[in-house]
Amino acid sequence: MDSTSNDSLLAWTGPILHGAVTTVEIAVLAYAIGLALGLIGASARLSPWPALRALGTGYSTLVRAVPELLLIILLYYAGSQALTAAYAALGGVGQLAIGGFTTAVGVLAFVQGAYMTEVFRGAILAIPRGQLEAADAYGFSRISRFRRIVIPAMLPNALPGMSNLWLILVKDTALVSVIGFEELFFTVQQAAASTRAYFVFYAVAGALYLVMTLGSNALFARAERHVRRGQTGT
Amino acid sequence: MDFSWLTDPFYQRYLWTGFVNTLWLVAVSGSLGLALAVGVALAQIRGPRPLALVVRGFTTVIRGTPLLVQLFFFYDGVGRLLPAIPGVQESPLWPLLRDPFFYGALTFTISVGAYSGEVIRGALLSVPPGELAAGRAFGLSRWQILYRLWLPRGFQLCLPTLTGEMILLLKSVPLVSTIAMMDLLKAANLVRDETFLVYEPLLLIAGIYLAMTLVLTAAMRLVETRFPGARPVKPRRRWLLPG
Repeated sequence: MDSTSNDSLLAWTGPILHGAVTTVEIAVLAYAIGLALGLIGASARLSPWPALRALGTGYSTLVRAVPELLLIILLYYAGSQALTAAYAALGGVGQLAIGGFTTAVGVLAFVQGAYMTEVFRGAILAIPRGQLEAADAYGFSRISRFRRIVIPAMLPNALPGMSNLWLILVKDTALVSVIGFEELFFTVQQAAASTRAYFVFYAVAGALYLVMTLGSNALFARAERHVRRGQTGT
Repeated sequence: MDFSWLTDPFYQRYLWTGFVNTLWLVAVSGSLGLALAVGVALAQIRGPRPLALVVRGFTTVIRGTPLLVQLFFFYDGVGRLLPAIPGVQESPLWPLLRDPFFYGALTFTISVGAYSGEVIRGALLSVPPGELAAGRAFGLSRWQILYRLWLPRGFQLCLPTLTGEMILLLKSVPLVSTIAMMDLLKAANLVRDETFLVYEPLLLIAGIYLAMTLVLTAAMRLVETRFPGARPVKPRRRWLLPG
């Protein structure tokens, strides 16, 4: 390989690293929103009202039964149309331009929330009843019981599932390249097509994703030690 | 909602081809992938140390990178290098090597091999050692212990998890629409481009996927209950396993 083609490969370093940062931003934001959706979904599924339970079950079941890529494409169109309609209904004039970033985060968070609902539901159900009854006996309000007892007691059960979902999310960010948003994989595809060095660039993309997933494995191991502090026999 | 295009035999053919290709891809990569998974699991448990390390690296890389990237790596990365190798274009395998289906099946087989390999490895390790010792006490050969005791018991332990893996496989099939293979999503995209209907074709195949997921779950449930020595399973209220 002569030096000019090496230069043209190296010229892509900046854009690719920029794409990697965008990917991390999408993943972190979508994860945060997904956590919130998951808590809401799990609360809905465990609530005493049948209508709310049905809503929560419907959300998590339907979203989990349909392929992510299909959902991302469907929500991409539906989401932008719904938002434009809402904008028009609120008296806005003309087209509302929704950035690719917002769409990518929104769509991934919506999917993530459905899986997170199941993780949190299982983790909450695994809390020993006595702990919740003790909180009631001490006169905790429902809110403070949730914040002080349910969340800390559920986290050790939920963390393995949460860590799995984070890894799935990081890998799913590559899917938003299909709707044309410039994250890591989209940039890599452009680089590969323009230099025709497909093998090299796709291997580089794989290596970057691997760094992200292996790095977050280490972080989740630390987090698990933290939430399990005070537990005996682990 | 306008579904009148469904009566057009042209679009029916798209959807049918996409549907059949989807099933084929799941069947081929599911069965080859599970066979690879058994090898991946055994190599890590019983293989010589260098082989075990290589296989461990293989599963780490496959499970740590997006399936879409792997698909492009094999289809565009490896696939475009192949014609440069002398003799490949004349070989009888060439028509296969030009077919996107081959790259889809290859990528998914490898993926199933890595993910399910870890599941099967865990299951094989949790077969009580006493049962294998009993096999040795009865004078079974190593091979007989493997395929009469160890593998059946291991599969029995991880069948529900493997059901989940097969559903994940089914749900990753739409990725092949990005490498120009005719699957259900590709068919829906073609209908969308030609009829200018955005939601109808996508919603239709979302419904088809929902149905396929339910049928696959029910079929695997049947395998789980019929599997030799399976304990009677309590009817589950949840149909869909989490991913």
